[in-house]
Amino acid sequence: MWLRPIPEPDARVPGHMDVLLPRRSHQPPALNWREALFNPLTLTLVFAALIASVIGTAWAQDGTPGQASIPSVLLKWTPLLAQGFGYNILISVLSMAVGTLLGVLLGILQVSPVFVIRKFAWLVTQFFRNAPWLVLLFYAILLIPFQVTIFGVTMPFPGWLKAVIGLSLPVMAYMSEYVRGAIQSVPSGQWESAESLGFSRGQTMRMVILPQTVKRILPNWMNLYAVLTMATPLVSIIGVDDIMGYTRSALSAEGRPDVLIPMYLYVLCWFFIYCYPISLMTSRLERRYSVKL
Amino acid sequence: MAMTDVKWTADQPIVSLKDVRKSYGSVPVLNGISLDIMKGEVICIIGPSGSGKSTLIRCINALNDIQGGSILVEGLEVHDPKLDKLALRKKVGMVFQQYNLFPHKTALQNVMMAPVKVLKENPAEVEKRARELIRKVRLEGKENSYPGELSGGQQQRVAIARSLAMRPDIMLFDEVTAALDPETVKEVLVTIKDLAAEGMTCILVTHEMGFAREVADHIYFTDKGVIVEHGPPAGFFANPTDPRTRQFLSQVL
Ligand SMILES: Nc1ncnc2c1ncn2[C@@H]1O[C@H](COP(=O)(O)OP(=O)(O)OP(=O)(O)O)[C@@H](O)[C@H]1O
Ligand SMILES: [Mg+2]
Repeated sequence: MWLRPIPEPDARVPGHMDVLLPRRSHQPPALNWREALFNPLTLTLVFAALIASVIGTAWAQDGTPGQASIPSVLLKWTPLLAQGFGYNILISVLSMAVGTLLGVLLGILQVSPVFVIRKFAWLVTQFFRNAPWLVLLFYAILLIPFQVTIFGVTMPFPGWLKAVIGLSLPVMAYMSEYVRGAIQSVPSGQWESAESLGFSRGQTMRMVILPQTVKRILPNWMNLYAVLTMATPLVSIIGVDDIMGYTRSALSAEGRPDVLIPMYLYVLCWFFIYCYPISLMTSRLERRYSVKL
Repeated sequence: MAMTDVKWTADQPIVSLKDVRKSYGSVPVLNGISLDIMKGEVICIIGPSGSGKSTLIRCINALNDIQGGSILVEGLEVHDPKLDKLALRKKVGMVFQQYNLFPHKTALQNVMMAPVKVLKENPAEVEKRARELIRKVRLEGKENSYPGELSGGQQQRVAIARSLAMRPDIMLFDEVTAALDPETVKEVLVTIKDLAAEGMTCILVTHEMGFAREVADHIYFTDKGVIVEHGPPAGFFANPTDPRTRQFLSQVL
């Protein structure tokens, strides 16, 4: 996945190819440029500098009388943007929950001993994994009625809920593949020993196989969540309230072209601050598990 | 309708194979195996690699199905497609070459899991029994270790205890020492010997000829899916009659 930094072998880890290196006890370790660039501290500093410079230049140009400064404009709209961002988070969390649940089920069906079920699950997985997310969102809006009647009770089906369903479909498909891969990576001896102890297939799956797949799936799952969160602005295209829609409203209310770039940069920062720690945690987990297994 | 509840009495063979045939696709692996094992007997199956030893004992446990012949375990018709597999697995325990412990569970949990989850026995009682079994395989103090923290020999002994926790009447061992260091082979063999001495019916596939000679009541030599020769260890090792047996023994002894 495109989010995940490739773990670099660290030459300074004791024992790692130490024999091949001359002893350099007083020399500082050679600086790996890639490592330095992707350092969390460096990245955060770069971002902070970027924001500061944008705000700084905006301030410097702020000579027109009767106009509020750009930082104060950003500050003014912050509560609205925060509310919009809240919707993005809500949609991402709900889609992730629904998609994960369906994806695990679909992944299990993908290893079903019944040929027809296995093929069907495979087809569904491939279909949704290779569909553009925006198109799926359009279909969710078009195909799901605006209200549903269950057991005689009519409930409205708001746009944001449709968006949740639309976004949960690709999440389901990705999860399904992760789960299938992880199940198949468990040695077949686990199935056999469970079978010889009298466990049924379902029991084996639940108590023996799936618990062993968690470690393997977790980094992918977190990565998927970050990707999903960054895809949530798509819902603004289909008219669901989110940070993008609110930003547009704010911009048109201000009617100032000079606020355009700072405001969108501000939105980017919101996403970065939310998603970057997730991707950091993901790569840390990945490194830990790749060492242990 | 198959007769699945034939009364079995201790004077009949506890395991009885008649002309068992098995192939993987079009490749024949077992070509008519017949053998009878009485309760409390220890038999060893030896033979060259690929001769079908693993396949044979997996068939006894219904991990593999067979295409011909019959297998009776305490009167249960194992070859019957309508076999009650759970009933069979309560009678037959199996230990594998690669231990196959559940890596996400501690030694104690590994031993307790099947009786609690499969047989729905009282966890407190199962725990008592599990601790006893762990003591019996000489792993006291390792109850809370995960398989990854145990040596191969220790893991294999947990696997034996795990199988015994189901209180089987028959134990199958498939080259259980083949993946172990020479020093740890002995601790596992001692455990098996204890079991045999207590009267457990054991079917062992092994490459440890010295051990086979020592514990077995009967040795079966298989080659290319048939039993070439069998007999009590003394005679079997001293005067093998078939040239294939002689050749095999000259290579491994
Ligand atoms: N699942 C399978 N599918 C196809 N062929 C198999 C399968 N399992 C085993 N075989 C084949 O069946 C034959 C017998 O295998 P088996 O594992 O029973 O031999 P073995 O006597 O246990 O050998 P070893 O001493 O190496 O363990 C071999 O030729 C093997 O290639
Ligand atoms: Mg074998």
